[in-house]
Amino acid sequence: MDLFAALVLQIVYGIANLVLISIGLAVIFGMMRVINLAHGEFLMLGGYSVIVATNNGVNIWIAMFILAPLIVGLIGLIVEWCLIRFLYGRMVDTLLATWGLSLFFIGLITTIFGAQTATTISPPFGAITIGEYSSSGYELFLICIAVLMIILVYLLLRYTKLGLVARGTMQGADMAASLGVSTQRVYSTTFGIGAALTGLAGGLLAPITGILPTIGAIYIGKAFITVISGGTAILAGTASASVLLGAINGIVAFVVGPTMGEVGLLLLAIVLLRLMPQGITGRFFKRSL
Amino acid sequence: MNRSRETKSLISIGIIGLIILFGAPHSLGLFSVISLTTAVSLAILALSLGLIWGFGGILCFGQTTFFGIGGYAYAIAALNFGGSTGAILAALIVAAGSAAVLGYFMFYGRLSDVYLAVITLTVTLILYSVIRRTSGPEYKIGIAKLGGFNGINVPPINYPWDATQFLYPEHVFYVAMVALLLAYFLCVWVTKSHFGRVSVSIRENELRSELLGYDVRLYKLCMFTIGGAIAGLAGIMFANSIGRITPDVFNLYNAALAIIWVIIGGRGTLIGPVLGALVLFYMTSFLGQQSVVNINLFLGLVLIVFVLVVPKGIVPSLIQLWDRRRSRRMTARSAKKMRRRGRSRAKEISVEE
Amino acid sequence: MHFGGVVAVDRVDFSLRENELRCLIGPNGAGKSTFFKCITAQLRPTIGDVVIRDFNVTGSESHQVARMGVGIKTQVPNVFDGLDVEENIWLSASQSASVKRARVITSEVVERLELGEVRKSQLGSLAHGQRQLVELGMVLAGEPWLVILDEPTAGMTQDEVVRTADVIREINQSATMIVVEHDMQFIRMIAQKVTVFHQGKILVEGNMDEISSDHRVREVYLGHRKSL
Repeated sequence: MDLFAALVLQIVYGIANLVLISIGLAVIFGMMRVINLAHGEFLMLGGYSVIVATNNGVNIWIAMFILAPLIVGLIGLIVEWCLIRFLYGRMVDTLLATWGLSLFFIGLITTIFGAQTATTISPPFGAITIGEYSSSGYELFLICIAVLMIILVYLLLRYTKLGLVARGTMQGADMAASLGVSTQRVYSTTFGIGAALTGLAGGLLAPITGILPTIGAIYIGKAFITVISGGTAILAGTASASVLLGAINGIVAFVVGPTMGEVGLLLLAIVLLRLMPQGITGRFFKRSL
Repeated sequence: MNRSRETKSLISIGIIGLIILFGAPHSLGLFSVISLTTAVSLAILALSLGLIWGFGGILCFGQTTFFGIGGYAYAIAALNFGGSTGAILAALIVAAGSAAVLGYFMFYGRLSDVYLAVITLTVTLILYSVIRRTSGPEYKIGIAKLGGFNGINVPPINYPWDATQFLYPEHVFYVAMVALLLAYFLCVWVTKSHFGRVSVSIRENELRSELLGYDVRLYKLCMFTIGGAIAGLAGIMFANSIGRITPDVFNLYNAALAIIWVIIGGRGTLIGPVLGALVLFYMTSFLGQQSVVNINLFLGLVLIVFVLVVPKGIVPSLIQLWDRRRSRRMTARSAKKMRRRGRSRAKEISVEE
Repeated sequence: MHFGGVVAVDRVDFSLRENELRCLIGPNGAGKSTFFKCITAQLRPTIGDVVIRDFNVTGSESHQVARMGVGIKTQVPNVFDGLDVEENIWLSASQSASVKRARVITSEVVERLELGEVRKSQLGSLAHGQRQLVELGMVLAGEPWLVILDEPTAGMTQDEVVRTADVIREINQSATMIVVEHDMQFIRMIAQKVTVFHQGKILVEGNMDEISSDHRVREVYLGHRKSL
């Protein structure tokens, strides 16, 4: 029974992890159909913000919940302003340019901080025990944060003016423009928010994964697959894909091993895309958020 | 006029290739020859991507998948077979086969280019992380241990069917260079064939090709498989040039390099990516030895600049510049002729008057 | 055929005899293009079947329909912009004919459509009307027995329109045709039987005179010139 509980916790954490790393990308993809290949680096930058800040005495919670999203959100705005805006509609070129950006950030951080981790920080919560098994309390915390994030984005999209304008622009940019909405502003803001969410996730994950300039590479595969399998509805897509893929990942990992878990995730995604090329929300939950 | 110029360039490429093939081992030191072998194998990888992207319109961000599979399959087969001849064939089949399987799922699912790019990238990244963790002795295929992040020591190529006669490094260079030339002219032939021309039309307008009766999914699958086989060939040569194959071949950096070679060299040409790979190989080696500018930083900026400013790549842009100068020279020449004619006619008129 | 809540084509029962030339007309949004996409297998009808020469092609891929000998020209010209005129036409010819014969067919088509001057020009650099003509040439080069054209004269000069009407009449001597059009004068030049679409349904079918004098058709086209 305890083993079962620990396993379930593992799987739920896996799902939450996918949600955390994907939601920023999903916001940007859902809004602008831009697949930001520098997404992993945004996560990395969030992590670096937290680690550098805490190593310099800043309180860890402030670093995670305020500094990381702020810094990465700002970087996102700058990136959108200097690069992305010239490439709207050119999806392949956006992919290529953001890949260049990813390399650029890796190089930049390596130059500034060196290629190895200086120090790491330990998770702020210790282990919790479930009967005979101990699980990470921090993982439980992250699960809660993931749920909160979904709720937050939902509230933002559904009940705020920004959310309404954003949804309108998503569904018909020309129409929105003729109603006086500055689509450029909407795109910039969305990119910034997507980046901020990603920075937050990166910061939150820093205690678990440690931090290297190249750590982005671990994340992007999973984040991309989740977003693409999910389809264009931001929340329904991310949620449904995370649940499906996270569950498979967790189960396979438990049965065979963590590496095969990722392989299982990829294989499932390929099969899903073969059956539903527009992603899950291309077929089901079509007009949801 | 276009066709004769094309034939001329192909002949020159062939001649230069042969010069390098025979000349390099005599004029360069051993270390340079080995370096050149590595560069050549990377050029073959660039060629494979240049073919499927430039002529097939298939944007594959993970061409290193088949590069690495080729290298690993060769190493594993060579260790198990005890010789290299069968291993080369086996590796090519495995590489082409993996491309066919992956291609089937992607093209028959009618994935759009963006999704395709991301999925192929993810495949190579997952291979990277999976194979890295195979350090334990229990991870092996036949007698070949996968070796985790240390990789596999590759047994050297031997003379065909004679496992006791190993090839010297200069001879390995010959094999690699011949492979490059053969692969290059094979690609040229493919692009000129009916299959190649249809693939180009698919790149131009998939719907129209479909409406003409061409099974677009099948054409893309075949093109992708050919590309996978050539990338596998590159992997085999690469493994032999370095002497080992490690999971690093699958990593993000190398996947990016493949794309950068094609973008810089020139999408839409075959020689462009080859040159791009050769030039960048030496440039990154040079940069790697100094610590002023970080390689990733440099490459990232290069990629961004090229996407924004020189999207066609160097070779096509040079050809465009050359063409413009030629037409300017020609219009200048014909303008001169007209002026001369005009003058002589004016003389005639004035005499008549 | 419906998309979500929108019924684009509503219980349309459409049949065509061999060697017939049928014109489909109707105002914008009448469902003509959706109908067109259903019969060319670009869309799969939600309910109903498409049967071509006794073959049920519902659910087939577009290229399979094309291979049966169906020539298709889409509303927005779908051509190979980066390739030249000859290559465009050759690609169509070589799908079903041998490489040698394809070259012969290509020169014949180029001559027939008087495209000789622009044969080596890139499609992307041609005027809209010429591109339409080239696309028509591509359809011809496939030597189809069923030809389906969606707005073949959009953007053409008067000369080109007349040329196209001639070509269509000639094609009709050996092939069955469906022409979706807007241009009433052009329809007059070629029409035998006409089907009028309105709001996803067939409003009325008949020959040109019957259609012109039908008051329902006039109502539906209210706002058009009186020369209907």
